[in-house]
Amino acid sequence: MIRLSWRQFRLHAALSAAGLVIVAIVLAITGPHLVDLYNSTVASCRTRGDCATALTNFVHTDGFLQHAITALLFIVPALIGIFWGAPLVARELETGSFRVAWTQSVTRTRWLSSKLVLVGGAAMIATGLLSLMVTWWFHPIDRANATQFASNVFDARDVVPIGYAAFAFALGVTAGAATRRTVPAIATTLVGFIAARLAITHWVRPNLLSPAHTAMALNQGDSLGFVATPSGLVTFVSGNPAIPNAWTISSAIVDKAGRTQSAQALNAFIDRYCPNIGAPPGAGGSAHTTQADPSAFNACIAQLSTRFHLAVAYQPPSHFWTIQWLELGVYLVLSLILATACLQLVRRRLR
Amino acid sequence: MSIVLEARGLGKRYGRRWALRDCTLSVPAGRVVGLVGPNGAGKTTLLNLAVGLLAASAGALEVLGSQPAAGVEQLGRVGFVAQETPVYASLSVADHLRLGAWMNPRWDASTARERVEKLGLDPRQRAGKLSGGQRAQLALTLALAKHPELLILDEPVASLDPLARREFLQHLMEAVAEHELSVLLSSHLVADLERVCDHLVVLVASRVQIAGDVDELLASHHRLTGARRDPKSLPGDQEVIEASHTDRQSTLLVRSEGPIYDPSWAVDSVGMEDLVLAYMSRAVDPEPSRRTLSRVRP
Repeated sequence: MIRLSWRQFRLHAALSAAGLVIVAIVLAITGPHLVDLYNSTVASCRTRGDCATALTNFVHTDGFLQHAITALLFIVPALIGIFWGAPLVARELETGSFRVAWTQSVTRTRWLSSKLVLVGGAAMIATGLLSLMVTWWFHPIDRANATQFASNVFDARDVVPIGYAAFAFALGVTAGAATRRTVPAIATTLVGFIAARLAITHWVRPNLLSPAHTAMALNQGDSLGFVATPSGLVTFVSGNPAIPNAWTISSAIVDKAGRTQSAQALNAFIDRYCPNIGAPPGAGGSAHTTQADPSAFNACIAQLSTRFHLAVAYQPPSHFWTIQWLELGVYLVLSLILATACLQLVRRRLR
Repeated sequence: MSIVLEARGLGKRYGRRWALRDCTLSVPAGRVVGLVGPNGAGKTTLLNLAVGLLAASAGALEVLGSQPAAGVEQLGRVGFVAQETPVYASLSVADHLRLGAWMNPRWDASTARERVEKLGLDPRQRAGKLSGGQRAQLALTLALAKHPELLILDEPVASLDPLARREFLQHLMEAVAEHELSVLLSSHLVADLERVCDHLVVLVASRVQIAGDVDELLASHHRLTGARRDPKSLPGDQEVIEASHTDRQSTLLVRSEGPIYDPSWAVDSVGMEDLVLAYMSRAVDPEPSRRTLSRVRP
């Protein structure tokens, strides 16, 4: 049975293999250049003292290629769902060839599971290889960016793309068996895949692993400063600290006892210790902007820092692989559920 | 007489609509059985139930003594040529023979190869490029080479031209003679069935109108022509299937086990086509008078 599945699939397999080879060639040609560039600029920037410029220049190298490769890894699972998954059963139902397949001496369960194993396995291997190549190509850039949990990095590296491919494929096959038509199955797959990816990225991924907690100084926040609320209440904000290769989930300004501070409490503090910060616009300098005096600003932050700090919940860099495997697991479990449903659909009915 | 297919109160429902309802039927072994009926009679549904492509909504169905498509063994014992004779358009003729070999433990490779040669099919040709007749032949080859005990064909010649139709049926008959298999063949073309079948089942609206060996059916039906008279005046052992009258003359199609001695009738034999049509039209439009007469015979 697996031989028939292979006979029907081999053209797709050959095309995809050719595609992979082309990508491999492009990456193999451009990849070593990135490594050299990294070594000659970023790695040695300390001695020259131009690290900020070197980093900025380096991470923008091959901008088009970076975007294209990232996009490719986002699109490939969807393509697998559309071209390998959706027609797998639907095409047979549409053309009537299922009447040939299901009346040979092979049960439908075996007929479908051999297809699922072969094509699903190929989908996972192909995507895994692609992800491996892309991860390798990006490694100097990833090292420079140090943002491994960013969605455009995490989703396009290492093992999670394998899960996306398996899921898209299983979704396509099941949609095909349910709708019995290729085109509606393709539409269902596309919508379902995008919806699942968004939902899991935003709602499931943050809860896969409980975050670590740490205390950080106020000036570690990425948007340090004072803001006035619409009601005129001047308060202090710090923003999420950017920790290299970590994923900051939340941060709050707390006092020594760890109590979260309200805007009113901060405002009361500011009014008392650094009232000038809250001076209305136009009081001192120009009429349009309030040019805060840097020394007053820093003095106020120093004052604030004696009382308050940031309580940060974050996924440290060491959680990267755990979260990769957990997310892969989520997608694989979903794929298995879909495949089981599909087997039921095919075994039960049909016309 | 052993039975290859037995249905009792068999039904298949799609939502509220019954495609087949309360069908009771048995098909004897070792025959070429023609299943004939108008479109919508439930022939295709019945045959798809018999090969396990459909699951019954009601009643019981046994094919070769077990449930259709109950397992690999049962699947291997029943060959099927589906309506429109579907094939894998992108696969070649040779690929089809290969897939037959891969998917059937009792596959007879030499039979398959010889048939393809005899048909003059190019093994490298894609099945999607074959003519309707060639495609039907390929489907038949697949079904025969798996060595079934029962071969089921659903309107295999409906879309073929007369020449291809004759050729197909000829090949079917040769295969039947060679392999000793039971055949169940549906068609709404009586002339085709007449050529190949030795047993006939007329199905109208899920009900078997009449079933029997062709010889017996032809021997027990007569066309009576004579002066106009009321069909009710016939003796009780003569069942009127169809009656038509002109001002002076009555023409009756009558079923009677014994010979007809009434000298006022001119008695003729009945052709298969007329016989089937008579049963089909009776089922569609039964006149009360005939109904009464029908009831005379239990």
